[in-house]
Amino acid sequence: MFGKLSLDSIPYHEPIIMVTAAVIGIVGALIVGLITYYRKWGYLWSEWITSIDHKKIGVMYFLVALVMLIRGFADAIMMRTQQAIAAGGAEGYLPPEHYDQIFTAHGVIMIFFVAMPMVIGLMNLVVPLQIGARDVAFPFMNNLSFWLFAVGVILVNMSLVIGEFAKTGWLAYAPLSELKYSPGVGVDYWIWALQISGIGTTLTGINFFVTILKMRTKGMSLFRMPIFTWTALCTNVLIILSFPILTVTIALLTLDRYLGMHFFTNDMGGSQMMYVNLIWAWGHPEVYILILPAFGVFSEVIATFTKKRLFGYKTMVWATVVIAFLSFTVWLHHFFTMGAGADVNSFFGIATMIIAIPTGVKIFNWLFTMYRGRIQFTTPVLWTIGFIITFTLGGMTGVMLAVPGANFVLHNTLFVIAHFHNVIIGGVVFGMMAGFTYWFPKAFGFTLSEKWGKRSFWCWLIGFYVAFMPLYALSFFGAMRRMQSYEQTEWQPLMIVAWFGAVIIACGIACIVIQLVVSIRDREKNRDLTGDPWDGRTLEWSTSSPPPNYNFAYLPDVASIDSYWEMKQQPGGFKRELATKFEDIHMPRNTAEGPILSLFALLFGFALIWHIWWLAGLGAIGMFVTFMFRIFNNDTDYHVSAAEVEKTEREYHKRLEIQA
Amino acid sequence: MATDTIKQHDAHAHDGHEHHDAGAMKIFGFWIYLMSDLVIFGTLFATFGVLANATAGGPTSQEIFELPFVLVETFLLLISSFTFGLAVLAQNAGDRGAVLKWLAVTFLLGFGFVAMEVYEFHNLIAEGYGPDRSAFLSAFFTLVGTHGLHVTFGLIWIAIMFFQISKRGLDSVTKPRMLCLSLFWHFLDIVWICVFSFVYLIGAM
Repeated sequence: MFGKLSLDSIPYHEPIIMVTAAVIGIVGALIVGLITYYRKWGYLWSEWITSIDHKKIGVMYFLVALVMLIRGFADAIMMRTQQAIAAGGAEGYLPPEHYDQIFTAHGVIMIFFVAMPMVIGLMNLVVPLQIGARDVAFPFMNNLSFWLFAVGVILVNMSLVIGEFAKTGWLAYAPLSELKYSPGVGVDYWIWALQISGIGTTLTGINFFVTILKMRTKGMSLFRMPIFTWTALCTNVLIILSFPILTVTIALLTLDRYLGMHFFTNDMGGSQMMYVNLIWAWGHPEVYILILPAFGVFSEVIATFTKKRLFGYKTMVWATVVIAFLSFTVWLHHFFTMGAGADVNSFFGIATMIIAIPTGVKIFNWLFTMYRGRIQFTTPVLWTIGFIITFTLGGMTGVMLAVPGANFVLHNTLFVIAHFHNVIIGGVVFGMMAGFTYWFPKAFGFTLSEKWGKRSFWCWLIGFYVAFMPLYALSFFGAMRRMQSYEQTEWQPLMIVAWFGAVIIACGIACIVIQLVVSIRDREKNRDLTGDPWDGRTLEWSTSSPPPNYNFAYLPDVASIDSYWEMKQQPGGFKRELATKFEDIHMPRNTAEGPILSLFALLFGFALIWHIWWLAGLGAIGMFVTFMFRIFNNDTDYHVSAAEVEKTEREYHKRLEIQA
Repeated sequence: MATDTIKQHDAHAHDGHEHHDAGAMKIFGFWIYLMSDLVIFGTLFATFGVLANATAGGPTSQEIFELPFVLVETFLLLISSFTFGLAVLAQNAGDRGAVLKWLAVTFLLGFGFVAMEVYEFHNLIAEGYGPDRSAFLSAFFTLVGTHGLHVTFGLIWIAIMFFQISKRGLDSVTKPRMLCLSLFWHFLDIVWICVFSFVYLIGAM
């Protein structure tokens, strides 16, 4: 009846897991209780869960990402604590099978359920506003993408309490992830969480690609698009081209595990190295999917806060395009030690080093933008400067790893860990935090506390260096990655330093939470009435904050790069005047089909993990029927009446007058 | 925002125009989806290429492929692509009856294709040459089966389209959907030609 699922699947004997589960349960119950007490379920359902408003979907992505950041960080500090004590024969406090689950979960969560939703969340919030559109190309699909992603999040968190998570590392290399060596449900959780959320990501890629190409406002040619939109475009191309490879790779592993096939098994002709090739053919573009939008954020931030047009707009665009292209030519550098031979390794080594060139172009573009600019040292600018220094360093260790000869020594050591945290924290996290601070007032209509933002930045920056520089050093002494314990007591001091760095980063995360609490408390004081708190350059700042659901009462007309800035520079400046005449606006309707379909997808995934075949069938039928409802639903859009638009606009202008 | 400085160019965007745009955007989006689907097939072809000789003591492709049988399958699918083309021509002419007729013919041809494929798979498995026999057979079943699964989804879609067009006729909702379906159907044809050439023809040589 319940497949492999029984009461024994719940790890009662693990106090750490049970306490965590209890805390999650209590916090969850508290939230549910508060929502019920304040009677907010209806509001949540109609304004958020079923919303097809790209801005709200963006906010939901980012919120989930922040929550999962805390979960992923909890894993990180547990690992650092373990390594700080488990030296010279000491076993530490985490048994190997638990430790292995933690480093797997940490990687999976940080990449798929923190970095990706932050990137996609920002894209959702910003891209339609930057191109002067009222929504995305396929609003229902956008809602569906979010909820499919949420299914992945739920499955990963379920694995904490029901059963186990994979013990294979975040990419579940075969044959370790095959049934023979991983007979439990851990890898199956990994499979279905990533497969379902990955399909959501592919849909997002298609959606935003079409949005950017087809929905730009009048006059916005490709080479007038804001840089963030450009990077989003390239990222979406990468998503469209690379995520299907992940889908196939996971599907083949699924077939091996569920139907006894032999793609990656040790016997019957299976090829393990094909798995590694396939997963990195997706995995390497994936890191650029994450970093390119971060580059976009820095470009916007640095231009805004130096009051200059970005230096070398065109070279920035082309550098982005070149990086996107090259990202598909370097995957083999993740496994030089495979033994592909000197020729192959040289090719991929050189291809990897070439990426440093367009990246260098970008670094100089940002530096030259700052040169002789009037730099305002706001929180986003601090993140940006911290990024430029940290990321350059990480890039250089990347070039070191790209040398096949050096790579044979450094492969699978802590050097690799230090390197990719160097570029992911220094690049993606800093970028997303810069974007978060920069665009938060656009989403909510008030600015974030600068004081706590800066504190968070300094904690993250210092914490990063204290946590990861020791790992570079340790790697030269031979310290491998994913060690549950080690013999060499001489490594322990540096491990303790690294632990201390993680504690400083914890303070940085706490500062983000405090920043949110303080800013919400003081929101009236920090209210942004104009919609343009930073004296911005691009179209998103020309509308109110938060923008009405239709974004622009009239679609703007664009004549240059940084068109909004140019409008403000014209004689007489940019006046926010009320139009004399309003028109009906055609908008999509909210829909329950996305969340309901995803609920069935959750049942489907959960049932397949536990081999509950009837429930899987039920889930599949449920998804199909829900989709049919969508197809036969004729009432998918409506018109915001001109009177309503006028009312909204008048209220906004009244607020502006009061402020003036 | 509503300002005088931001020019008002949206005045023409009324209902009919917007719906037209939505239809064109849907078709463009569907093209992009097909390209991502192409990556799926590309990856499966690459996998097959790697594993084609990994027979692990099991049968080789020469031993199990029956070209005449597959050729009949191929022609069923090719003709069905032609009949779908006729359905789209009928749609352009606004002839609902002819659209339904050609959809039905396409469905039957497609169904014949899937039935033959199921028969082929069934025979192989019955002989002990199932996908768990060797890596080569895993790759073969998965590549051909993924295509077959796509055709099956196409059949379900044709059935839904048939029902929807007979119910509400050819309008701004059903027409773009028909065009997407036709893209999907022709796309599967092209993929099949690759399957036929790279898997069956080369395999049987």
